[in-house]
Amino acid sequence: MSGPDRWSFLREFTAARIALGRTGNALPTANLLDFQMAHARARDAVHAALDMDLLRGQIADAGIGLEVAEVNSEAPTRHAYLQDPSKGRHLAADAELPEAAGEHDVVFVIGDGLSATAVHENAVATLAATLKHLEGWKVAPLVIAHQARVALADEIGAHFHAALSVMLIGERPGLSASDSLGAYLTYEPKPGRQNAERNCVSNIRPAGLKPELAGYKIAWLLKEARRLKLTGVKLKDDALEALPGGGAPVLGS
Amino acid sequence: MAYRHSFAGHRYEFADLKTLLAKASPARAGDRLAGLAAETDEERVAARFALADLPLDTFLNEELIPYETDEVTRLIMDGHDEDAFAPVRGLTVGGFRDWLLSDAADEAALKALAPGLTPEMAAAVSKLMRNQDLIAVARKCRVVTAFRSTIGLAGRLAIRIQPNHPTDDLKGIAASTLDGLMYGCGDAVIGINPATDSPEAMARLLHLVDDLRQRYDIPTQSCVLAHVTTAMEVMRRGAPVDIVFQSVAGTQKANESFGINLAMLAEAREMALALKRGTVGDNVMYFETGQGAALSADAHEGLDQQTVEARAYAVARAFSPLLTNTVVGFIGPEYLFDGKEIARAGLEDHFCGKLLGVPMGVDVCYTNHAEADQDDMDNLLTLLGVAGCNFVMGVPGADDIMLSYQSTSYHDALYVRSALGLKPAPEFEAWLRAMNIMDERGQVRPELAGGAGAAQLLEYGAAE
Repeated sequence: MSGPDRWSFLREFTAARIALGRTGNALPTANLLDFQMAHARARDAVHAALDMDLLRGQIADAGIGLEVAEVNSEAPTRHAYLQDPSKGRHLAADAELPEAAGEHDVVFVIGDGLSATAVHENAVATLAATLKHLEGWKVAPLVIAHQARVALADEIGAHFHAALSVMLIGERPGLSASDSLGAYLTYEPKPGRQNAERNCVSNIRPAGLKPELAGYKIAWLLKEARRLKLTGVKLKDDALEALPGGGAPVLGS
Repeated sequence: MAYRHSFAGHRYEFADLKTLLAKASPARAGDRLAGLAAETDEERVAARFALADLPLDTFLNEELIPYETDEVTRLIMDGHDEDAFAPVRGLTVGGFRDWLLSDAADEAALKALAPGLTPEMAAAVSKLMRNQDLIAVARKCRVVTAFRSTIGLAGRLAIRIQPNHPTDDLKGIAASTLDGLMYGCGDAVIGINPATDSPEAMARLLHLVDDLRQRYDIPTQSCVLAHVTTAMEVMRRGAPVDIVFQSVAGTQKANESFGINLAMLAEAREMALALKRGTVGDNVMYFETGQGAALSADAHEGLDQQTVEARAYAVARAFSPLLTNTVVGFIGPEYLFDGKEIARAGLEDHFCGKLLGVPMGVDVCYTNHAEADQDDMDNLLTLLGVAGCNFVMGVPGADDIMLSYQSTSYHDALYVRSALGLKPAPEFEAWLRAMNIMDERGQVRPELAGGAGAAQLLEYGAAE
């Protein structure tokens, strides 16, 4: 009785865990363990810390010449971060950013969010792909932030007098994907910006929206945002949405 | 006015009624986040002593959110039934707990009392109750509703099939639905969370489920969990709407953040009633709630998350729903941090809803950033089965691939029904037997040979 159910041919139509079969009323052992592995990967992604050596190496390998700064949010631990989202939206009192030195067109922030795994696997590739399309832009130093939520980029963007900020951040892992990165774009970032004032490119991962294509989308949105002087619900384009692999925006980071 | 309790020389003072309720509440992340939780364990218990001495009718004289500015408060106060309240009018909150647990509070007495209770009374007494108290009293409450199946009868547990798909793919949703039917689920509702909230998408999904239901004469109802205004639009266009869904919360401000008000819910209900699609009953609404929803919309009005959640059941109660469920662990660890907090909240919500006369079910669930796992869900599911919960969710393999969270599975439904001797809704049970999905011993063991009904269902799957 512990093989799949007789209707396993229906699996062709959905990635849902159907026709798993059963022993008595329970899951067969193999399915039980498959589920546990998916959950374990998701939890490990939530609790993993950013590996700075890995990221610096990736940045160098990608030929990204930006100065790199490392900061913490007000959340001292992952425990505090998960219990109080507001702490992840503000810089730690002792956070040090490079001097602003005039205005910038854009600042990029890489934040762990809810999946350091997503950052390790997709953030630098997405950044490199975006920068390729931003010739002539004055780009602020790159900031890598621990225990970060999306709105942390507001304080960082204001510091650098940046016209736009892009937060590349790990999204909340599901069982099917724990490596999904989100990019949140904000025009005139400053503390107090609302989520409705941002644009989001989500589901960035090799099996979703590939980093190369995500970089194209982000750069396209940045140029449109600069032209229209806004981000948020009023910045949209159906042609862009029609690009393969586009995902619906997911807030909540 | 202020409330006081002294213990071992320390005098605790609670500035007002909502502070007293918040400080008496069992510890949870959302109240800490809102700055409402007790500072120490001793302060929490001191607040419970003070709450236990509070006359129950205080809640009729002191509004937690002003009557003038909040239509949920007006609903609660204007709808209060003085006569029904009479048996407990003279009690304190502590005395009320004792009465609820006494032999005097039997099924009939509790049913008669429900219209005399306000959600604040239910929330208050729950804060003085252990988990076993919440289970023992909820178990004595029966709230029975019906549409094409009858839900909430003693000894029965209904299951919602939740066949979500990230792109609303019709074949994918049909596949997950068939899987659920083969596991004896679907008597509560076949309820789809649409990825796209549009009238066109909603109508497509409704037709899919309605065709399947009619072809196999399944005694259940369908629901697409789109916004109530979307449901009203598709009803105007003539789509087969059985049950109208809406998320509701316990304050006017929170409901406004959902884009709804009470008049809108009443209008939608009238439209659904006019379709006369029910066969054994006319409960046409489905509501979802959850602790933390009001706080996350910054619309909790200074109330602790459990009290404001109970007020959502007053909203639900006003519209005679078929189903109401608390999506207890969906909102995340900043509101309910771990398996212990999720379990406590699930039992509180089920108890408060039942006490108020609401047909409660629970989405026993968690997200991947909460400190919880499937073992915690097993515990809460079993406790709710004992407590007489009306329905729970059935998600293929417990993994919702559209909403990215984990709930209870079709397998879990079989487990809890089997472990506790619970049966499906009577109309649905008869159908499962007629289709040879359930055998003569009452076990779900689909017979797939020859022309059996279960085999015919599979042919539908193959043909689609």
